[in-house]
Amino acid sequence: MMQDPKPILEREHAFHLLYQMLLIRRFEEKCVELYSATNIRGFLHLYIGEEAVAVGAMQVLQSDDAIVATYREHGHALTRGVSAGAIMAEMYGKVQGCSRGRGGSMHIFDAATRFYGGNAIVGGGLPLAVGLALADKMQGRNRVTACFFGEGAVAEGEFHESMNLAALWNLPVLFCCENNLYAMGTALERSESETDLCLKAAAFEIPAWPVDGMDVIAVEAAAKRATNAVRSGGGPHFLEFRTYRFRAHSMYDPELYRTKEEVEAWKKRDPIPNFAASLKEQGLLKDEDLARMEEEVAAEITRAVEFAEAGTWEPVEELTRFVYSEEPKR
Amino acid sequence: MSGETQKIRTTYREAIRAALREALQRDERVFLMGEDVGRYGGCFAVSKGLLEEFGPERIRDTPLSESAFVGAGIGAAMGGVRPIVEIMTVNFSLLALDQIMNNAATILHMSGGQFNIPLVIRMTTGAGRQLAAQHSHSLDGWYAHIPGIKVLTPATLEDARGMLWTALEDPDPVLIFEHGSLYNLEEELAADAGPVGISKAAVRRPGTDVSLITYGGTLGKTLQAAQEVAAEAISAEVVDLRTLRPLDTVAIVETVAKTHRAVIVDEGWRSGSISAEIMARIMENVFYELDAPVARVCSVEVPMPYPKHLEDAAIPQVAGIVAAIQRVVRKRG
Repeated sequence: MMQDPKPILEREHAFHLLYQMLLIRRFEEKCVELYSATNIRGFLHLYIGEEAVAVGAMQVLQSDDAIVATYREHGHALTRGVSAGAIMAEMYGKVQGCSRGRGGSMHIFDAATRFYGGNAIVGGGLPLAVGLALADKMQGRNRVTACFFGEGAVAEGEFHESMNLAALWNLPVLFCCENNLYAMGTALERSESETDLCLKAAAFEIPAWPVDGMDVIAVEAAAKRATNAVRSGGGPHFLEFRTYRFRAHSMYDPELYRTKEEVEAWKKRDPIPNFAASLKEQGLLKDEDLARMEEEVAAEITRAVEFAEAGTWEPVEELTRFVYSEEPKR
Repeated sequence: MSGETQKIRTTYREAIRAALREALQRDERVFLMGEDVGRYGGCFAVSKGLLEEFGPERIRDTPLSESAFVGAGIGAAMGGVRPIVEIMTVNFSLLALDQIMNNAATILHMSGGQFNIPLVIRMTTGAGRQLAAQHSHSLDGWYAHIPGIKVLTPATLEDARGMLWTALEDPDPVLIFEHGSLYNLEEELAADAGPVGISKAAVRRPGTDVSLITYGGTLGKTLQAAQEVAAEAISAEVVDLRTLRPLDTVAIVETVAKTHRAVIVDEGWRSGSISAEIMARIMENVFYELDAPVARVCSVEVPMPYPKHLEDAAIPQVAGIVAAIQRVVRKRG
């Protein structure tokens, strides 16, 4: 794994990274509770264990960059700055949700932060990212589109088509592959003849390298290097973030396809306590700082749940709104 | 100068090319992408010459990656430009069905109205050129099943010339189906022909005894059938639907209420088809106006065969339409 030079960590930035990872973790733990209480329905895919990837990668994106994500996107949306309340209300299906409750957990959209979903077709977001980047290039805008997808998407034709198109047209796309080793229950080596994902990117002449996805600093450093290259006209880049999903694929998954030992081994690499420990070692974080941060996170989540609870249901009379645009928008 | 509108002799193909050229000239955000649209000049020569005029950025050849370039069109439309995506044939569009159905048709709704997709997709449809079972189907009606997109089927030079700009001005995804047998259709067209509306059907021939409801590639055959039965003193009204979604129910209701009889001519297969939908709307709205059961002339339910005599037998023909009209008109209510 290529090691990017680790920057000198400033306390404020370190706290920001830790806070965002903790927010995702606690937010999703709350989601599990609310799912059991049937306040959240449908599919719920948790990002727990993978937080360092979204948090590290998102730091280097600018406000006018675009994000395309998957159905496991709560963490990306939170880190991008979509409010926890709007995301929680979306999961409740309330009209105050970021997608007016039309999408739910798998379809978080937010125009203000250029967050283009929330796509629940594996691989389906990659062509969109290519198109967003094409529009930027044609309009002469110096923007990056970051496209997140799992290693399962690598088996889809849309992955190969999109990588080729992005490379062929030298488009500013950062392909962020979150390799958590399982496409739902199918292990990478059971679905791919070539399990080195960076080689697939290399086949399209796209610069690619693997990154320790359990280390937020390594993720940020890699994303910074790749994004800078993309932004300066270097064409698409591909990062393989090696990570692990601690929880089941969704709330219906009995996890018959992996051993408890394997899960426990990965949990030793948990990005949050490990990052906290390293900050403590460097003298940047004290126990009371962490306790205060947990309180702040808990308060933000409480506010989010209150916001969602206080939300309202869209009147049934509005069911057919947004099938077509209500006014000409050009 | 005379007061009459100047006419030019042109073809369906040239009318579409003129529409493309106009769109590219009028709006610098507009670009065309698809397989062989540039250097080759378009599989059906529709975009011939445009690469030289507008350059490779705006006349953009793509690899054979229907899903990626249709999806890229969706992304680009969300990103503020105005793509026209060309797919060689409707059968190839099935490789991009995920993007059309799961993204183009859903994102506005899934995002609670935040992201609209002003995308135009053009493709060739239909049989009649001995291209067999993977290049010849009429799936226009299939696409009309999907809420969130609009489905246009230009059957005349005027519509070939005028529908594109209107589609580009639409804030939502619009699919335009160009029937392959029409590209060489040569007729007169007003020299100043321009954008046309896309929300209403058109009566192409007024009549009083029976309504012939059709669209796209079968309009010409249907008009010919109407001409033939005129010799038997049957006055047939021909309605060109023009747009399959949203369907102009009012026009269907009006013509059937006027003639009390209807024959639907549809190159799609019969089962679960747009012709079935039209019949359903007639039943729902003007059942008591009918003097005879509604009839349809559709394609035979087989994959399209290659030999000419079998292909001819598989799709609606003038003789079959005439026979259906005669049956319907002779039936008493």
